[in-house]
Amino acid sequence: MKYTGAEIIIKLLERHGIRQIAGIPGGANLPMYDALSQSESIRHILARHEQGAGFIAQGQARVTGRPAVFFATSGPGATNAISAVADAKLDSIPIICITGQVPQNMIGTDAFQEIDTYGLSVPITKHNYFARSAKELFEIIPDAFRVAMSGRPGPIWIDVPKDVQMELIEFDEWPVNGAPDPSPAIDMRSIQDAATMINEAKRPIVYVGGGAIHSGASESVRALIEKINAPAVMTLMGLGALPTRHPLSLGMLGMHAAPFTNHALEECDTLIALGARFDDRATGKVAQFCPDAKIVHIDIDASELNKIKNAKVGIIADLNDAIEALSPCIGPKGSNDWNDRVDQLKKEHPMYMPNLDDPTSAYGIIDHVAGMLEGETYITTDVGQHQMRVAQAYPFERPRQWLTSGGLGTMGFGLPAGIGAALERPEATVVCFTGDGSILMNIQELITAVEENLNLKIFVCNNNSLGLVHQQQDLFYEKRIFAANYSRAVDFVKIAEGFQMESYDLGTCIDPVSLIANVLAKPGPALINVPLDVHHKVFPMVPPGGANSEMILRDKITA
Amino acid sequence: MKEGGAGPLDACNWKFGRMMKTNTILELTVKNHSGVMMHVCSLFARRVFNVDGILCLPTGDASKSRLWLRVKEDLRLEQMILQLQKLEDVLDVRRHGASHAVFERVGKYFRE
Repeated sequence: MKYTGAEIIIKLLERHGIRQIAGIPGGANLPMYDALSQSESIRHILARHEQGAGFIAQGQARVTGRPAVFFATSGPGATNAISAVADAKLDSIPIICITGQVPQNMIGTDAFQEIDTYGLSVPITKHNYFARSAKELFEIIPDAFRVAMSGRPGPIWIDVPKDVQMELIEFDEWPVNGAPDPSPAIDMRSIQDAATMINEAKRPIVYVGGGAIHSGASESVRALIEKINAPAVMTLMGLGALPTRHPLSLGMLGMHAAPFTNHALEECDTLIALGARFDDRATGKVAQFCPDAKIVHIDIDASELNKIKNAKVGIIADLNDAIEALSPCIGPKGSNDWNDRVDQLKKEHPMYMPNLDDPTSAYGIIDHVAGMLEGETYITTDVGQHQMRVAQAYPFERPRQWLTSGGLGTMGFGLPAGIGAALERPEATVVCFTGDGSILMNIQELITAVEENLNLKIFVCNNNSLGLVHQQQDLFYEKRIFAANYSRAVDFVKIAEGFQMESYDLGTCIDPVSLIANVLAKPGPALINVPLDVHHKVFPMVPPGGANSEMILRDKITA
Repeated sequence: MKEGGAGPLDACNWKFGRMMKTNTILELTVKNHSGVMMHVCSLFARRVFNVDGILCLPTGDASKSRLWLRVKEDLRLEQMILQLQKLEDVLDVRRHGASHAVFERVGKYFRE
């Protein structure tokens, strides 16, 4: 067989099951695009910005759990892709970015659109590669899939100079596809120790992180929670691992948790952390997080154990394996004093979501959309007040239903991630809750959604402000609101029209409930502008750097 | 370590960690290619962890290299080693005490 480097890349991606690739062509990756144009099994989705392409790949990877690939050219193509890849690193999402690079004989000459892509991608990837020859691609591509999927997943970057893409080589057979490394062996003594701690616990709480979703362990996690009859909290990334409406679910913990959730953590004596990393938005002031608790920490990434909090028992394992080993050593528990105490905390410190009945309010829009959605649904958000409200108010039912930028908190995530989700799940309804600040950061992808005719509904929670910045300045900077309010309002209905997307304004319509119902029922993309009052804040809120017990419950003005 | 207490990366421990000045020698076995030094050095640099000595030469058939690092003993060192072990190009990490001879022997090439 004789193939060019570019053809080898496309063939190997086909062999690894890749069927849809988002990207943007440019000078340095044209051979790859030429090869892609000849592919019979891979569709290309033309994004309008490389960050959009990266987040489309993230959307694909987050709903399927499998690696997704995107393409960009050298120089600005590569630098534009960085935020999307860094975001995947923080949230452990397996995406593979393949960039073109200037030919090797021009590297280091400040050639047109030359940038040190390899160097730039070191701190934001799980691993990165620079292909020096077409032959090397035989190792690099399968290895990229292996690394992306093994252990704690993460993003990969492959930089391929144009001469490597054009190099013609002869070979006899294709390499074996990349597959995840085997999971680490379980240390049974640690499992026994963990079981003893859990059996002796009087006031246990299970703390579920994104690892439960990534490892596909949600069902085992749920079974464990039910067996020990312990209340469970979830991180932003862990939402969906246990249904929000499960009787043992206390929802999200941390900065914007329900008051009873953080109070319950204060009182717990045993914290069982499953695929969670004690992020500062979850723990608040670390020294005062679960002050009375002994910790069992199970994670596939050894460097997460004892990183923020010292665990009494730390287990490096795949969650499914660990729970399978742990479960037989644990005695089931019935209803007990601790369950009663948590019920009491729920009554004494309830979650307050104002104006839930009003579909034009900040919480009401989320609640109404949730109530009207039918069948398979996916929810994406951007970053800010709307994101925290969806995390608080949306009744998630299953893992991978919820796509949000957790660790990096990248505004601009929601729309392209929603496109990625809709590409992988064309029969489903994908809803993107976004803000007026966030959507402007990747608004160009509206046309991508229209071109692909995706069933994507975008709700712009529009307070004409960077709402969470406004909120922090109001609460913590003596009300000096600066650079948070926009002096001119964008007409998003018109903007969407310009992108040939159906659009509606909830603020001027006569019957909001019918409007939402009609938009959700009609297939295809649509944008709905939801005007909101900037003075309505997200509560509770733990002041940055404060302990979770110090949460502010409501505002003097809006309460 | 205090159970349930703040981990070594908690803010209050940072200052304390940096006050300790004993050297530690790390011996890394790495894949021999052009990016590996960058991966290792970038890991230390982005965590503001100073590396004050580096030696690197290929071993055997030159498919691997041995990379010696001299760093200050620090409460964050455990975490650094775990992070090193996560690098795909790092095959093995060993920790030696300050008395290891490797940097002393090459020291004569570094006299003014």
